[in-house]
Amino acid sequence: MPADIDGLSLSFWILAVVTVGAAVAVVATRNIFRAAIYLVLSFVTIAALYLTLSAEFLAAVQILIYAGAIAVLLIFGIMLTREQRAGSPSGRLSFPALGVAGLVAFALTFVILGSRWNVSQAPLPADNTVAIADALFNQFVLPFELASVLLLAAIIGAIVLVRGSKE
Amino acid sequence: MWDTITNLLPLVGAALHDFLYGFLPGWLAYLLLGFIFIVILLVSILNTVLAFIWLERRGISRFQVRLGPDRVGPMGLLQPIADAVKLMTKEDIVPAGGDRAVHYLAAVLVFVPALLVFAVLPFAPGVVFADLNIGILYIIAIGSVGVIGVFMGGWASNNKYSLMGAMRAVAQMVSYEVPMVLSVIGVVMVAQSLSLEHIVQAQELPFILLQPLGFFIYFAAASAELNRTPMDLLEAESEIIAGYHVEYSGMKFALFFLAEYANALAVSIIVSTLFLGGWKLPLVPPYIALPLKIFAVFGLMLWIRSTLPRLRVDQLMGFAWKGLLPIALLNIFITGGELLIFKGYPSWLALVNIPLAALILFIWSRLFTIKIRATATSARPAPSARNV
Repeated sequence: MPADIDGLSLSFWILAVVTVGAAVAVVATRNIFRAAIYLVLSFVTIAALYLTLSAEFLAAVQILIYAGAIAVLLIFGIMLTREQRAGSPSGRLSFPALGVAGLVAFALTFVILGSRWNVSQAPLPADNTVAIADALFNQFVLPFELASVLLLAAIIGAIVLVRGSKE
Repeated sequence: MWDTITNLLPLVGAALHDFLYGFLPGWLAYLLLGFIFIVILLVSILNTVLAFIWLERRGISRFQVRLGPDRVGPMGLLQPIADAVKLMTKEDIVPAGGDRAVHYLAAVLVFVPALLVFAVLPFAPGVVFADLNIGILYIIAIGSVGVIGVFMGGWASNNKYSLMGAMRAVAQMVSYEVPMVLSVIGVVMVAQSLSLEHIVQAQELPFILLQPLGFFIYFAAASAELNRTPMDLLEAESEIIAGYHVEYSGMKFALFFLAEYANALAVSIIVSTLFLGGWKLPLVPPYIALPLKIFAVFGLMLWIRSTLPRLRVDQLMGFAWKGLLPIALLNIFITGGELLIFKGYPSWLALVNIPLAALILFIWSRLFTIKIRATATSARPAPSARNV
């Protein structure tokens, strides 16, 4: 670590420790409801990490989508399962799962450390919300629209599946 | 002279800033300044909430032709204070078998987002804690976190009524968030900015005239998010006692209660800011204009609350997904089309948009009715199909 620890890098390390700690707690906690709450914590700290990178649009969207919608859906799902107070029972697959997860973690670390990360020399846009909008709706409008059509198809598919057959 | 009056708060703030930085080290002055402003904000929120509670209890009594609380102080003005003292001296109970830590955390997690929203609200020209350039998005994002607190409270109470209330809360709040966000997009498109300060400045004409449909959708969805009476299914007293906070007492209940009214205050300010021109009002200084609008919006909420009966669950969900969502999408489409054709948003479009909004709402209410499934087992006659 560099000797000159300023406020930003200090907050980065605090947030990083909390994020990783919360993520570990999600897996390690027996109580599945508390695990979901730890997951929310890690979502929020990731949003805070975005804030320290002055990506406030991304941070707000992270909170809105992950903490506000996805986490709530997860908790809703937990509520609808039986025996949620007992937590997840330990299955026979825990050791194979550990092996696979370790392998994935190893591969990801290897890739992240091994690849060359290009740093853009362009100056930061003054208002990065405008920059994101410009990129999404002018520069990459076709992929953006394709993704939205895909999502729409998924939504309609989900509705059709849930409706079931009606006589 | 007039400028000094309008800019009173920024001037005082700047003077305080200079004074503190004059003799304190930078970080201490920073913290102290933040602390002072947070105390000011908290005190004004609490006082307005007390006023709201009094207004609500007395106002609803008026609507229901009864007196309401009139014993404590003149016209019952001190009743909210007496209630606050009573709440704070109550015993704090965590139900047996409940999750103690989550039970505590829930009350905090409901209250904190309610406060955080105030950070970006403009109270007068230049009087805003943080003029974020994503202002309205920030409000929506923070607002979506509160529902987790509600769910935690319902779950940690180890009570089936609490859990049922929490389940209803999540279904309702997640559903109504969608039309609420979409209705704001119309305003953002016209103002060309997400910052609330810019949105206020963009309003030559209040946006309620330019975006009447957006106002209707936002108001309906926001009162569902606030769980106020036509849509207070999650605490429907006659069905599930009080919903997610049945098992709360003392200060923790007070936090839930405060958060509810702080949210109502926040929504009143947001509606005033987005649709009624914020602190702008001809001939009236901003410090009077905004409170006038806030109390007008809150009065409208009271009026609706005491007029309409509570919706059924299926009506509530239908209203969000089949009623508000399509109109919200239509509103974005119309606004976008108008922006594209006129290369801007001239004020005379109000003359087009108001009849158009009325027409759309009328047609939609005719086209769209909720079907009542006649069940063989139910003994009581099925209520007639109602328009929503």
